[in-house]
Amino acid sequence: MNNFTYSKASTVQDAVNRVQQGPEAKFVAGGTNLIDLMKYHVITTDALIDVNHVEGYHAIEARGEGGIRLGAFMTNAKTAYHPIIEQQYPLLSRAILAGASAQIRNMATNGGNLLQRTRCYYFYDVNTPCNKREPGSGCSAIGGYNRIMAILGASESCIAVFPSDMCVALAALEAKVNISGPHGDRSLAFTDFHRLPGNTPDIDNNLSHGEIITSIDLPSKGFSDNYSYLKLRDRNSYAFALVSVATALELEDGIVRESRIALGGVAHKPWRSAEGEAFLQGKEATKENFTRVAEIILTGAAGYQYNSFKIELAKRAIVRNCMMALNPETQLPGAQPSR
Amino acid sequence: MAILSIVNQNSCEEEFSLREVPLKINGKLVNLQLRPWVSLLDALREYAGLTGTKKGCDHGQCGACTVLCDGERILSCLTLAVMKEDAEITTIEGVGTENELHPLQKAFIAHDAFQCGYCTPGQICSAIGMLNEGKAQNREDVKELMSGNLCRCGANSNIIDAIMEVKNETI
Ligand SMILES: Cc1cc2nc3c(=O)[nH]c(=O)nc-3n(C[C@H](O)[C@H](O)[C@H](O)COP(=O)(O)OP(=O)(O)OC[C@H]3O[C@@H](n4cnc5c(N)ncnc54)[C@H](O)[C@@H]3O)c2cc1C
Ligand code: SF4
Ligand code: FES
Ligand code: FES
Repeated sequence: MNNFTYSKASTVQDAVNRVQQGPEAKFVAGGTNLIDLMKYHVITTDALIDVNHVEGYHAIEARGEGGIRLGAFMTNAKTAYHPIIEQQYPLLSRAILAGASAQIRNMATNGGNLLQRTRCYYFYDVNTPCNKREPGSGCSAIGGYNRIMAILGASESCIAVFPSDMCVALAALEAKVNISGPHGDRSLAFTDFHRLPGNTPDIDNNLSHGEIITSIDLPSKGFSDNYSYLKLRDRNSYAFALVSVATALELEDGIVRESRIALGGVAHKPWRSAEGEAFLQGKEATKENFTRVAEIILTGAAGYQYNSFKIELAKRAIVRNCMMALNPETQLPGAQPSR
Repeated sequence: MAILSIVNQNSCEEEFSLREVPLKINGKLVNLQLRPWVSLLDALREYAGLTGTKKGCDHGQCGACTVLCDGERILSCLTLAVMKEDAEITTIEGVGTENELHPLQKAFIAHDAFQCGYCTPGQICSAIGMLNEGKAQNREDVKELMSGNLCRCGANSNIIDAIMEVKNETI
């Protein structure tokens, strides 16, 4: 780690003021991603601003319109185990609990989770070219070992995936991200928060330097009757997804009234397909229809030398997870496939 | 890391200067002179002389450095000591007493739940945290909720046996 100064921010305004002191100044929340990357010299900072003691935004609040607001500085574990989340937004609870380990979830915050960086091996290795770490240097993954990389939405500059589980559920639930900054407050719809790599893969999301996430809003619809999160990976637990799926269905007499299907581990952001979800509307909730949806969602998917298996894996995961959503009680700890 | 940092020290002596970091470790208040980038793990091992907590990977991937922070299990390698100034830290040295081992320590011995013992302090602190959380209903849950602690000797099934024994006794 390089040398830096450390200070604690007391309010959101104080945090925003402190981070203006230089382009290299950074917030630290749980530290689980930032400190790791600093140890690898992937990220350097001259001033670290601790946001854990900021007044407010450490809890869940009810909002007027029936939805709720998740504080950005609340931990992932407290969020997942909160009775409101367990009962009204169980998809979110499941997705959070499928991520990392219990220790890491006790540290990781909701704001930090949205801003975690990719786990691309070359991004982590400062001795290799990587457009995300060093714009213009090239992408080592395209012609290299790319088993974990993207099959949707990638570009010639970068084929990395965004590794969060929590964000896959937030995408399905159509959350909103609330931000404060030097020019005031603003909100972004979840789909507008993260970016595709294009030719600027160094920019993961639409948060600017100096801005801080204060909270995440969830609309009132939690899909608690028919939901499921499935995570497929190289070991059963404590590993990132090769493919994950969040499914939320609203059913009426076996007919799909509304569906949300979001994929993780396949793209630079949680992936949703308007065409796929539109196809399901008004259709029977059957394996056959879920199979057709899977084909629609994976239209345009492209693999590289070592990750083409993910295309078929994603299709099967979608079908399996939609079937699991019909009987959410069949879900197993760690978002494994039900038996 | 600490030694390297001192070598790296440049003209910004003032800004990066040592600061007094009061830490409450195992019920005792210790004032350590630390630079901001010292991890809680290094503070415990290199500055407070508590070497029970182990450094496995130093990157959040093994759980060997697990300690309790205000009763919750965390990874001491991924947090800075300065970030824990007001917290109560419990390490493996503080879970039992001179005369009486913690029930999990006894159960680990009874079930032969280690070989080299390197992962054991983290396993025990993590298991204490897990039992405090009260979310595990059965053996499957315990396995899932203890997955953040790797054992490269493969003592896992005995580790889970030991934890299950204490869990069933405390219900
Ligand atoms: C071994 C390991 C395994 C993991 N496995 C998984 C997994 O399977 N699934 C998964 O989803 N995640 C996984 N994670 C990632 C983990 O979930 C993230 O590291 C965590 O959510 C980040 O949150 P944090 O509070 O620790 O962020 P920090 O590390 O403190 O910060 C991350 C970034 O966000 C910025 N930041 C933090 N809070 C704010 C804010 N409120 N406003 C603006 N900027 C902010 C920081 O400046 C920094 O750039 C794993 C991590 C590790 C170490
Ligand atoms: S895939 Fe993206 S993050 Fe990985 S090496 Fe290529 S540019 Fe870097
Ligand atoms: S040393 Fe902290 S997790 Fe391995
Ligand atoms: S006993 Fe050797 S690592 Fe677990």
